Amino acid sequence: MATTEMVLEIDARRKEKKRRSRPKRLLQHAGLILFGFSMLYPLLWMLSSSFKPTALIFREPGLWPTEFAPGNYIEGWTALTHPFHHYIINSVIIVAGAVIGNLLACSLAAYAFARLTFVAKRTFFAIMLGSIMLPVHVVIVPQYILFSNLDWINTFYPLIVPKFLAVDAFFIFLMVQFIRGLPRELDDSARIDGCGHLRIYWRIIMPLCLPALATTAIFTFIWTWNDFFSQLVFLTDPDLATVPLALRQFVDSQGQTSWGPLFAMSVIALGPLFGFFLAGQRYLVRGIATTGIK
Amino acid sequence: MVSALAQADSATAQQAPSPQRRKRKASPLQKRENRAAYLFLAPWFLGLLFITIGPIVASLVLSFTDYSLLEAPNWIGLENYQRMLDDPRLHNSLVVTFTYVFVSVPLVLALALGLAMALDRGLRGLPIYRSIYYLPSLLGGSVAIAILWRRVFGSDGLFNQVLGLLGFEGMPGWVGHPDYALDTLIVLNVWTFGSPMIIFLAGLRQIPVMYYEAAAVDGAGPIRRFVSITLPLLTPIIFFNLILQMINAFQTFSQAFIVSGGTGGPADATMFYTLYLYLRGFTAFDMGYASALAWFLLVIIAGLTAVNFVASRYWVHYGDD
Repeated sequence: MATTEMVLEIDARRKEKKRRSRPKRLLQHAGLILFGFSMLYPLLWMLSSSFKPTALIFREPGLWPTEFAPGNYIEGWTALTHPFHHYIINSVIIVAGAVIGNLLACSLAAYAFARLTFVAKRTFFAIMLGSIMLPVHVVIVPQYILFSNLDWINTFYPLIVPKFLAVDAFFIFLMVQFIRGLPRELDDSARIDGCGHLRIYWRIIMPLCLPALATTAIFTFIWTWNDFFSQLVFLTDPDLATVPLALRQFVDSQGQTSWGPLFAMSVIALGPLFGFFLAGQRYLVRGIATTGIK
Repeated sequence: MVSALAQADSATAQQAPSPQRRKRKASPLQKRENRAAYLFLAPWFLGLLFITIGPIVASLVLSFTDYSLLEAPNWIGLENYQRMLDDPRLHNSLVVTFTYVFVSVPLVLALALGLAMALDRGLRGLPIYRSIYYLPSLLGGSVAIAILWRRVFGSDGLFNQVLGLLGFEGMPGWVGHPDYALDTLIVLNVWTFGSPMIIFLAGLRQIPVMYYEAAAVDGAGPIRRFVSITLPLLTPIIFFNLILQMINAFQTFSQAFIVSGGTGGPADATMFYTLYLYLRGFTAFDMGYASALAWFLLVIIAGLTAVNFVASRYWVHYGDD
């Protein structure tokens, strides 16, 4: 059934392609390319401007720098109290903690929701779904008070520990959906062989979940790397600044004077995102299409 | 793809224990599974208690106090809420936020759907286009992009340079102008139409090609086919995207913070609700008031989502009815 449908669809697509005349198709491509180019233009302009002397950024809307200033990168790297890699390391520590936390805690919860029956399961599942939509701003004040009582303000704990408590319910939902698609026969036969739930989770479900885990890891990386609000609230010590906070310090301290170096560091900040985007496109698209996350 | 919300609903229904099993009083095996499940869920329970539900309740309680982090809280009843009634900066921030949401979200959805239509049905190079259009969504929330925006729409920024080449001289600095600053942020949000576009693409692929073929045989033109086939069959996806985009838009913070240098300026033109909340809570340490603001935000978002769900009965068609 499914295959005949596919054949029909492929056939129809072919017909449609033939029906559409060649010049019209070319026009469509030209339009799409032009639109895409104008969307990406600001990004390309930022990349090129990061190599321009600051004065030129204000005068030159073109992409090719008429005068190269690779010194922007060196100047930007050393412009703040610490060299820029200090802030990158801070960000990497938080990101790594968040990724590991989300992978472990969310998959544990997802296993329970997808495979086990227990009391009040539907209620908890509904609460979990509801918490996905909860804006962080609603809970940030009490969280701040809690963490300041624990003496955790100006440490990385408020940004990492909640991830080990499966607070990002998005990923629980994503993994529940994925685990439900795995054949139950595998669990059953493992149980007959004497496996407990922990072994089934770790030895059978986790290895099969790799695509969902990859999606989780990539999204956690992107969100945490981009996160500004909670880092701004919980990290006020300039020594602990992450990449976004460092960029903000940069804007505040330099004002209008050194856009070249500022752009250079912005390009550095976007680099890892772009890299993960290229490497993980497949998982990103699948993740968005199945759960609608950004 | 059915909307994930509906999917989740049916999924819970499927997973619920069958009535047969429920009647049997918990067997030792079931008891063991119960215990295992709660162990697997232990981290999540802790998180729910301390990071999610606990703080929600705590912020409700705090909203009736004058807590300032330095002194012990005093119970002041509804005073914070009364203060909200005549706080002109708050009212302004509501106007700014609602303008932002109600202008940018429809634009985002229209652009996302339009591009998804243009990309659908066996277009060569689809993955490349999809990636290019998606990239801004991925980067849009970052501080680096907000910095870029400040420069692009500054008085001698890229936008004015391009306008200058086209013969429009002496344009204002958009980011620094009270009348236009919000517009630049709306443009930034519209720029990130890529993720709803991907959801639309997945939805369009679910519509059987035969419908279009049958309609074409009956002589329906492209506009008629769009209005009578694509739109109705896509309404669940449109609805899903609408809810998601609205909730996201209400929470916009870092773009406004960076573009305005943390002030919500010029003249409070970019004072988003979340930014005002941050300034009250974490620069003025007026945490009681900030908690009241947070609760009001929750009520607004929940209220609008509820309104959307009720309204959806009249325009969203699910395939099974």
